[in-house]
Amino acid sequence: MRLYEWEAKQLLAERAVPVPDGGLARSPGEAGALARGWDACVVKAQVLHGGRMKAGLVQFAEDGASAEGAAAGLLEVDAPQSPPSVLVEERLQVREERFLAALYDPRARGPEIVYTPRGGIDVEQDAEDTVVRIPLEPGRPVQTFRLRAALRNAGVEGRDLRALTGIAAAVAQTFFAHDATLVEINPLAHVAGRGWVALDAHIELDGDALGRHPALVERFELGARADDGRFPTAIEQAASKIDELDHRGVAGRLVEFDGDIALIIGGGGASLTVFDAIRDAGGRPANYCEVGGNPSVAKVSAFTRLLLEQLSPSRLAVVMNVVSNTRADLVARGVVQGCIDAGRDPADTIAVFRVPGAWEAECHELLADYGVQALGRDVGIDAAARLAAGVTTR
Amino acid sequence: MSVLVDAGTRLLVQGITGREAANFTRECLDYGTEVVAGVTPGKGGDRVYEVPVFDTVEEAVARTSPNAALLSVPPLLVLDAALETIAAQIPLVVIITERVPRADVAILVAAARNAGTTLIGPNSLGVITPGKCKLGSIGGPAEDVRRAYTPGRVGIVSRSGGMTTEIASMLSGAGIGQSTCISVGGDALIGTTLLDAYRLFVVDAGTDAVVTFSEPGGAQEHELAEYLDRSGGPSTPIFSFVTGRFIDDMPGTRFGHAGTIVEAGGSTARAKILRLRSSGVEVLDRLDDLPAALAASLRERAGKTTRAPVGR
Repeated sequence: MRLYEWEAKQLLAERAVPVPDGGLARSPGEAGALARGWDACVVKAQVLHGGRMKAGLVQFAEDGASAEGAAAGLLEVDAPQSPPSVLVEERLQVREERFLAALYDPRARGPEIVYTPRGGIDVEQDAEDTVVRIPLEPGRPVQTFRLRAALRNAGVEGRDLRALTGIAAAVAQTFFAHDATLVEINPLAHVAGRGWVALDAHIELDGDALGRHPALVERFELGARADDGRFPTAIEQAASKIDELDHRGVAGRLVEFDGDIALIIGGGGASLTVFDAIRDAGGRPANYCEVGGNPSVAKVSAFTRLLLEQLSPSRLAVVMNVVSNTRADLVARGVVQGCIDAGRDPADTIAVFRVPGAWEAECHELLADYGVQALGRDVGIDAAARLAAGVTTR
Repeated sequence: MSVLVDAGTRLLVQGITGREAANFTRECLDYGTEVVAGVTPGKGGDRVYEVPVFDTVEEAVARTSPNAALLSVPPLLVLDAALETIAAQIPLVVIITERVPRADVAILVAAARNAGTTLIGPNSLGVITPGKCKLGSIGGPAEDVRRAYTPGRVGIVSRSGGMTTEIASMLSGAGIGQSTCISVGGDALIGTTLLDAYRLFVVDAGTDAVVTFSEPGGAQEHELAEYLDRSGGPSTPIFSFVTGRFIDDMPGTRFGHAGTIVEAGGSTARAKILRLRSSGVEVLDRLDDLPAALAASLRERAGKTTRAPVGR
């Protein structure tokens, strides 16, 4: 779960990482008032995605009036948060930029500090051989001397060595203290008269660990934050509501697409496979979703009805891997009920129904009563997807 | 032959009195797995389907000598429960629990490495050696398991639990049995990776080919490919399927498992497909083609090993 820049900077500043002087503004007037404290300032939209500089979401202003103007534009930006806000900061004279982060390295399968002597907005394209990776010991206090030794080996010396070691240790401590999966400072800028300052910061928290950080959840109101910072559509929001109907199973994590085949698919790996296969066969899915964990009939029927009424698909495809926990007959019952509730004939609407496994015989009987011929496990996921896409030959 | 579990497996279930754990304990017993003990603090002396429950792993080990453990406890309790099992020197620990904090998994991966423990998961559906032993809810109730999984000589390693059973079912339908099938879990950080699992199969005399199922995200496929390059190609043939190509077109959006997030160019489905192919892995374009491709490979291998010494 991503934090806003201002939140990330607050957490870092609490561990003595230098950040620019600044404040949060929720209106152009507030931005203007803040800006009058400095000769020049930066106005930064507070949104939950990267690439702000290239998207024009970071603007420079010379005085209060121009800061007000910049803030007025940025506060209009369509983003999934309310109320919208901008961070207004003193503009600093940057001499040099570096990159510093704490993250989990999937190869080493452990936490580490990543440092590169060149920061900036294109740091990802930096040559891998300039990247310094310093392993951290999970579950142990941060050993500052190891960070210092590694930075020294990377050519950092003198006053810089002391400052950067301190910041690296603070980044590592922030990472562990809040159960983050990423703490990144980019750029870490060298500023005349100020030394090293975190010009921008990005923190991702582990959504699975929020339960042990109630104070942080309350402080930043994390309970209501969207997972990926994407603005959910009205239908996606409605689907989430359906998922909250009861706690049995999942049916409602929906992403909308511009196609004509509504999908009820599951579980995780199979959903991805079905979606790929339908596209490969030339079909255009209307949505992505994952249904699993034995959802109730009510949940599946409400979800089916929503897909049929809101997406107006030409047909519906229900495809899952061989299920053991999810009951195929309950899925069938829900889908049939959803069709009827949406005023559509199940036989004309359900193009493909392939849910082999638990309670398969009951499922097939029930569907047959409504004129739908269910497919068994002898029809593979790809073959079922091609049928859904309207391809009848292999 | 098989890897990790077989008829000699003596299973301990941590969190056995939980609803889900009790459920799959029943399934495992029905399938013939020897479940020797359960552990739930405060419930020592109880029985779950005749399996004795102990308060601590130490006590369970002293009384019942388990050699594998299955964990199904609430996510924030996994760290302590797994450390307890590792400390008791049980050589195989399979974590079923989903949504375990990544920091805790990192601690467990390091602890398992130091202790020489094989850690599988978290977010694994389990491990099965068909006809011998199943650990976890993999495949569901025993009768469903018997429909999907059949004994044989192909290993399966999958980042998706449900697809482990789907693939086994496809192979069984084509008359191709399985040696051992491992659901390694779909999280970004896990105890046993595709490469770790492949290396187990390579030295197993009962496995002639390995099937892997992958999703976008992470570096496991690159690690596997680099290992194959170093060791001169796959000594045991690998057939792979990488799902989620459509996500390549929409970076940043979250689909599927927590691990299925495209962080960088190298972890997309297409990048993985190219990388695996460059190292001699047969990557399938369509999953449905898997049984035929495997059958051809197995025939060829059988031909090599059983060819008569004198030509006809």
